Amino acid sequence: MNENTTNHPSPCHPPTQAEIDRRRFFEKVCVGLGSLCSAILAVPLVGFVIAPLFRKAPVMWISLGKVADFVVGKTVDVPFNDPSSLPWAGISARSALWLRRETETSFIAFSVNCTHLGCPVRWLPDAELFMCPCHGGVYYKDGSVAAGPPPRPLVRYAVRIENGEVQVQAMAIPITTS
Amino acid sequence: MKGIIIGAWNWLDDRLGISELIGPSLKHLVPRDAGWWYVFGSATMVAFIVQVATGVALAFSYVSSSSQAYETLVFITNDAPFGRILRGLHYFGASAMVLMVGAHMAQVFLFGSYKFPREMNWTTGVLLLGFTLGMGFTGQLLRWDQTAAWSVVVAAQQAGRVPVLGDWLARFILGGNTIGGATLSRFFAIHVFIVPALMFAFIGLHLMLVLRHGISEPPTAGKPVNPKTYRKEYKELMEKTGHPFWPEGAWRDFVFGTGLIIVIALLAIFIGPPAIDKPPDPSILDADPRPDWYLLWYFAVLALIPPQWEAYVMIGAPAVIGALLLIVPMLHNKGERAASRRPWSIAVVLLSVIMIGSLWIEGYNSPWSPNFKAKPLPQSVIGAESGPVFVGANLFHKRACLDCHLIDRYGGRRGPDLTYVGDRLSKSDIIIRIVNGGGNMPAFGGTLKPEDIEELTAFLQSRKRSEKR
Repeated sequence: MNENTTNHPSPCHPPTQAEIDRRRFFEKVCVGLGSLCSAILAVPLVGFVIAPLFRKAPVMWISLGKVADFVVGKTVDVPFNDPSSLPWAGISARSALWLRRETETSFIAFSVNCTHLGCPVRWLPDAELFMCPCHGGVYYKDGSVAAGPPPRPLVRYAVRIENGEVQVQAMAIPITTS
Repeated sequence: MKGIIIGAWNWLDDRLGISELIGPSLKHLVPRDAGWWYVFGSATMVAFIVQVATGVALAFSYVSSSSQAYETLVFITNDAPFGRILRGLHYFGASAMVLMVGAHMAQVFLFGSYKFPREMNWTTGVLLLGFTLGMGFTGQLLRWDQTAAWSVVVAAQQAGRVPVLGDWLARFILGGNTIGGATLSRFFAIHVFIVPALMFAFIGLHLMLVLRHGISEPPTAGKPVNPKTYRKEYKELMEKTGHPFWPEGAWRDFVFGTGLIIVIALLAIFIGPPAIDKPPDPSILDADPRPDWYLLWYFAVLALIPPQWEAYVMIGAPAVIGALLLIVPMLHNKGERAASRRPWSIAVVLLSVIMIGSLWIEGYNSPWSPNFKAKPLPQSVIGAESGPVFVGANLFHKRACLDCHLIDRYGGRRGPDLTYVGDRLSKSDIIIRIVNGGGNMPAFGGTLKPEDIEELTAFLQSRKRSEKR
């Protein structure tokens, strides 16, 4: 054998049972410590990343304006700020809904998200239809599906009138599940 | 001087072991007749390098905050020196990467190169295709304009269809219950750290497998792969006729790669990056989100699948296609490699190209989407200046019928072309259809007055070939 070789020397005798057991023990120690390290890192890491799944949407009523600001029979888009947004959300924390004053005392508020894939539906006042630009979903003015691929009606917000103001209950983006 | 440089190199090489490390890889023998068909894999890597380099450069100015990303992108595009070109390079580099991955896969499939012993070369390549498309989608979201923000919602809605876990996945994608501060930063982390790390790992593995099993020789009809003898035959072939990868095998890769970079650069300079849409304000409802071109075909799929199959197709089809691609070599890893003896392989590639191409054209035209910008019909089309036909034509526009129906190339394509509807439907047929709707059309009976229906019908009845002016 070349004396300058950098190869590790081969053991000159077969390992004894004690040596084999010792190696197995060290293998287990290393794997165990590796698993422990992974767990120490994984718990906060995974917890941090999936935390949004467990964040409950705050139950809050948002004022959209004075009752008198809305004309009976008209459907209008009303922008509002998402109360659950983080401070650095900027304009992405803005949101909107479609609000119609049905009578002097009743309102209907629809989510703007098409129940097909969430694109923002538009209100066509003369056709009295909501239409989705993405895949052509169409809804009647009561939010029921008129045509196209949406599997269910437009989602409605809870609405109330409080101190002369129209308020809706904030909610998460409605997700259509299977 | 030359002696000093050579001496310094030899010292460094001895201490670092560079030649020992990469020398065997560069000098490994490759088939002498591996020609231009073999350049797509290296071209994909060239595009990936362009993406890494331009992506790192963009990150010098890009701020991954929901409140600032849009402004930084506008700054990069309009104000930063070379910013517009850099964004263009990144965009067209992504496009090139998608195209080259596709071409590489098609070539490997047609040449039967996925067969023994290169099954895992194919499988790792399929995963790299998935990562590439994932990078394309997340990259579009980092533009953080109106389209990007709504695309996140669309992605969340799709994830929502996954059985049991759907709602959780959707909230995970949104980074909460709505679009907001946490949404963009998680896509930034996925686009810049997680998927690239996976890509580096799998490109390394893919290349290691290329070296381990060698570059497949061009197939010869009548010379099937026999797993028992293939390795020995390949070794003998390389020893007999192979030549070193560097430089005999590599020059074509360099020529094609250089051409690719020149094309990417020319497109970046003369066409530029995709336009930035409106700001990511979800309260602006005048939005028309569309994916970038490489996912436009899937956008069409989502519009065209029958609603009753939708939940299955939306989640099941990508899963089944992905699983099928992954196990292709396990299904058939021996036998003939030549495409002439595997005509079905040509059919599969052709069918895939035709299918994706057709869906792409449909996605581009989006005939299922209403035309919200439909202008009133000109008098030359209406054919009347007053009376029921004229009033009906105006109603046809006002009531948004024109958003969905075409009259003489004016209007939308969501519903049937009504240019000559008067030739095929009677008055009562037209009234029934307007009042009750049907097929993919809403019923207007509850919103139109009898006189409106009368005038609309008069207009539609006048749409006849004989009355065309």
